[in-house]
Amino acid sequence: MKKIISGNEAIALGFGDAGGVFASGYPGTPSTETLEEVARLGDVYCEWAANEKVALEAVIGGSIAGGRSLSTMKHVGVNVAADALLTLTYTGVNAGLILMVSDDPGMHSSQNEQDSRNYAKFAKVPMLDPANSQEAYDMVRAGFEISEQFDTPLMLRTTTRIAHAKGLVVPQEKVAPQIGEWVKDVPKYVMLPNFGKLKHVEVEARLLKLQEFAETTPLNRIEMGDTEVGIITSGVSYQHVREACPNASVLKLGLVHPLPEKKIREFAGSVKRLMIVEEMDAIFEEQIRAMGIEVEIGKNKLPLCGEINADLIRAALGDKVPEVAAPVTGLPQRPPVFCPSCAHRGLFTILSKLKCFVSGDIGCYTLGALPPMNAMHSVIDMGASISAAHGMAKVNAIAGRDEKPVAVIGDSTFFHSGITGLLSMAYNDGNALVIIMDNRTTGMTGGQENPGSGVTLQGVPTQQVEIAPLVKALGIDNVVELDAYDLKATEAAIKKGLETPGPYVLIDKNPCVLRYKVRKPAIHVDQDKCTGCRACLKVACMALGLTASGEKQKVRVDPNVCNGCGVCTQMCKFDAMHELGGDNHANL
Amino acid sequence: MQIFNIVIAGVGGQGVLMASKVLAESALASNLDVKQNEVHGMAQRGGSVISFVRIGDKINSPVVMPGSADLLISFEPLEALRYIHYLKPGGRLVYNKVSINPSTVAAGLAVYPDDVEQQIAALCAEAKGLDALSIAREAGNGKAVNMVMVGTVMQHLPLKEEIITEVVKQISQNKGVEVNLKALAGGAAA
Ligand SMILES: Cc1ncc(C[n+]2csc(CCOP(=O)(O)OP(=O)(O)O)c2C)c(N)n1
Repeated sequence: MKKIISGNEAIALGFGDAGGVFASGYPGTPSTETLEEVARLGDVYCEWAANEKVALEAVIGGSIAGGRSLSTMKHVGVNVAADALLTLTYTGVNAGLILMVSDDPGMHSSQNEQDSRNYAKFAKVPMLDPANSQEAYDMVRAGFEISEQFDTPLMLRTTTRIAHAKGLVVPQEKVAPQIGEWVKDVPKYVMLPNFGKLKHVEVEARLLKLQEFAETTPLNRIEMGDTEVGIITSGVSYQHVREACPNASVLKLGLVHPLPEKKIREFAGSVKRLMIVEEMDAIFEEQIRAMGIEVEIGKNKLPLCGEINADLIRAALGDKVPEVAAPVTGLPQRPPVFCPSCAHRGLFTILSKLKCFVSGDIGCYTLGALPPMNAMHSVIDMGASISAAHGMAKVNAIAGRDEKPVAVIGDSTFFHSGITGLLSMAYNDGNALVIIMDNRTTGMTGGQENPGSGVTLQGVPTQQVEIAPLVKALGIDNVVELDAYDLKATEAAIKKGLETPGPYVLIDKNPCVLRYKVRKPAIHVDQDKCTGCRACLKVACMALGLTASGEKQKVRVDPNVCNGCGVCTQMCKFDAMHELGGDNHANL
Repeated sequence: MQIFNIVIAGVGGQGVLMASKVLAESALASNLDVKQNEVHGMAQRGGSVISFVRIGDKINSPVVMPGSADLLISFEPLEALRYIHYLKPGGRLVYNKVSINPSTVAAGLAVYPDDVEQQIAALCAEAKGLDALSIAREAGNGKAVNMVMVGTVMQHLPLKEEIITEVVKQISQNKGVEVNLKALAGGAAA
C-alpha cells in the first residue's frame, strides 16, 4: 500500500522489508528518526549505542555473525566511527552491512557542513544517494545486495531534505531475514599488517569492479531531453534540477561512488553544455574534470556552502530567475531557547552572572552561548568541553593565570565521549570544574534513551548508570550533587568548585521536563509589587514578557507557556512573583 | 492540476508538524502526489518553525521557494510576517492572532512590534486573522490550535473537507479525536 513517509522512515521500513536483522546507531539530526522507526517496526532488533564508533563496531559484529546490519548516524558521527570504517573496508562483510549517514547542507542543526561523499572516496566504499523517499526505501535492499555481492560495507547517504521530507512510497514484498553462518576466518577479519597488505590489494580491485557495476546499474540513469544542456546530479539536487529545467538532459546518479566514467563520457558527448549540480563539495566535478571532460557550469557558478535550490540552478544557467518580494526586515529573531522550566536555565543564569570561561559541549545547553546568557565560550565537538577545559587549565597554569575553567556537558554527551576526557584529566592532575547536566535523556535530538535512562530504544527496562560513582571510579575525589533550580545553592556550589584546586565535578540530576513531562503550576506576577526592574528577564524564559507599552512597563507571565520552575521568582527583589496554583496550561 | 504550494509557520511546540501531516495524508488519500518537508531537530520549544506541503500531479522538489506559495498558514502573527514573502502575488494568508513572545523579546533585547496586523494587511490583501487559541479552548484543549488552523483553511485547499476530516479522525489519538474534530469544525466556522 502507498504511504507518505520521510526518507528516514523509508529507510527503516526498507530495512525491515529487506531482511534486516540488527541495527545500532547514535542520535543526530537529521538521522535520528531512522532508528526510532526501526524500533517502531516491532519485529527487528535495534539499539542506541553510546556513540557512533560503538554503533558501527556492533554492526560489524552483526554482519560477521551473519545478519544484515544497519548503522545510523549524522555526518559528524562518521568522524567518530571513522577508525572502524577505514579498516572495515579492508575486512569486508559477511552479511550485508549498511552505514547510513545523514548530511546537513545548510547546517539546519549541525556544527559543521561536511560532505560525507568524501568518506566514500576515503574508505573506497560504494555510496548510494537517494533522491526521494521511494529511492531511500529501495536503496536499502539494493545496498545490501551490493554489499554482499562485492564483499564491502556500503554507505547510504541522505541529506536533510531527503531524511526529513515526506513523499510517497510503495513498499516491495518483504523478505524474511536469513541469518548466515558465523565463520572464523583469520586472514579476512584479523587486520595484522600481513593480512592487511593483501586486503588493501583486494580493496583496490573491488573498487574497479564496482566501477564496472556503476556503468550498467539502473541506479545511474540517463534521462535524455533537450541536448543543449546536460546536467549530472544526484540526491535532492536532482529534484531541484527537475524543478528548474524540466526538459534538460540529466544523468542522475544513484550510486555516487565510484563514478561510471564511460557513462559520464557518453553523456557529456551527447550534450552541448555540461553542468554539474551537487550540494557542498565539488566531488563529482573534480573527478569528472580529472577524466579530462570539460565542465562548463559547476562550482564556478554554484555555491560550495549551503543548500542548492531551483533558483540557484536557473541563475547558474543564466536563465531568468523569478523576482520575489524581499523578506520583511527588522523583525525580532526567534531563536530556539531553553524550554520553559528547563534546569539548564538556572545553571546558565549563574554562569552568566559569575562570568567564568565556560568550555561548552553539544546539547540543549549549547543555547547558553546565546544572548542574554552569553555564558559559553567554546563548543567544538562532543566531549570537547572536558578535554579542552583541561588544556586551558594547563596553559593557564603555565601563564600564571589564576582562573579555573568550567566545562558544561550533558549526560548523553558524557557517555558518548566525555568519560575518556575526564579520565585523562584525573590522570594528568587537571584543574577544571566540570558540570554534568544529567537530565536522563538525549534532549537536543528529541529525547532519546541513553545509558542513564533505565530503558532501551525498544522500551525494555535496563541498567541505569549512575554518574557520580562512575566519575569517582575515574579518579575524581570531589563529586557533588547540584540543584540548578536553586540559584543561591548553585552559585555557592560553583564558587566552591572554582576555589577548590584540582578536578571538581558537579552533577545536576533534574530530569528533562519535556521528555519526562514534568508539570508545575504557573507563576503569577503581582502587578502592584512589580517595579518593572526586569531583573527576572535575565533568565531568558519565553514565558516572561513586558506588559503592553504603557507608562511603566511591568513583567507578566504567560500562563500558556510557564511551567512554574520558579527560577525567575528567585531573581525578584520585590516579592512580586508567586506560584499561581491550580492547573497548569503550559503548552509544552 | 496546477501545483498547490502551502507554507505552514509557527513556533516550536505549536503542532505545525501535525497540521502538515494532516494535509499531506489528505493529499495521499485524494490520490495526488505530495511532498511535505520541514526542518526540525532541535527539540526545544520556542524557535521559529516552517513547513512546506506541495500538492499536485507530480512533485519534484520538497521545498517551496519564496514568492511561490498559494497559501501561508501561520500559527502566530510575527511568524506570518516573517514568512509572508513566501506568498506568490495574490496568495492567501490565514493566521492565528494570538502572539507568542520570542525569547529575544522575553529577555528585553527586542520589542514585539505592535503593528504586526497592520503590516500584514499592507502586504497581503487576502489575509485573515483569527483567535485560534480561544476556539481551541472551546473545543476542549488549547493545544488544538493546529486543528483550528487546518479547519479555517479547508475551504481554500484543493482537497475535499470530508477527506481531511476522515484523516484527522484516523491520526488523532483516542482521546484527542473529539477535541480535534471540534477544533476543525470551529476553525471552519470562524
Ligand atoms: C558526533 C555527534 N553525534 C551526534 C550529534 C548530535 N547531537 C547533538 S547534541 C546531542 C546530545 C545531547 O544530549 P545531552 O548531552 O544529554 O544534552 P541535552 O541536550 O539533553 O541537554 C546529540 C546526540 C553530534 N552533534 N555529534
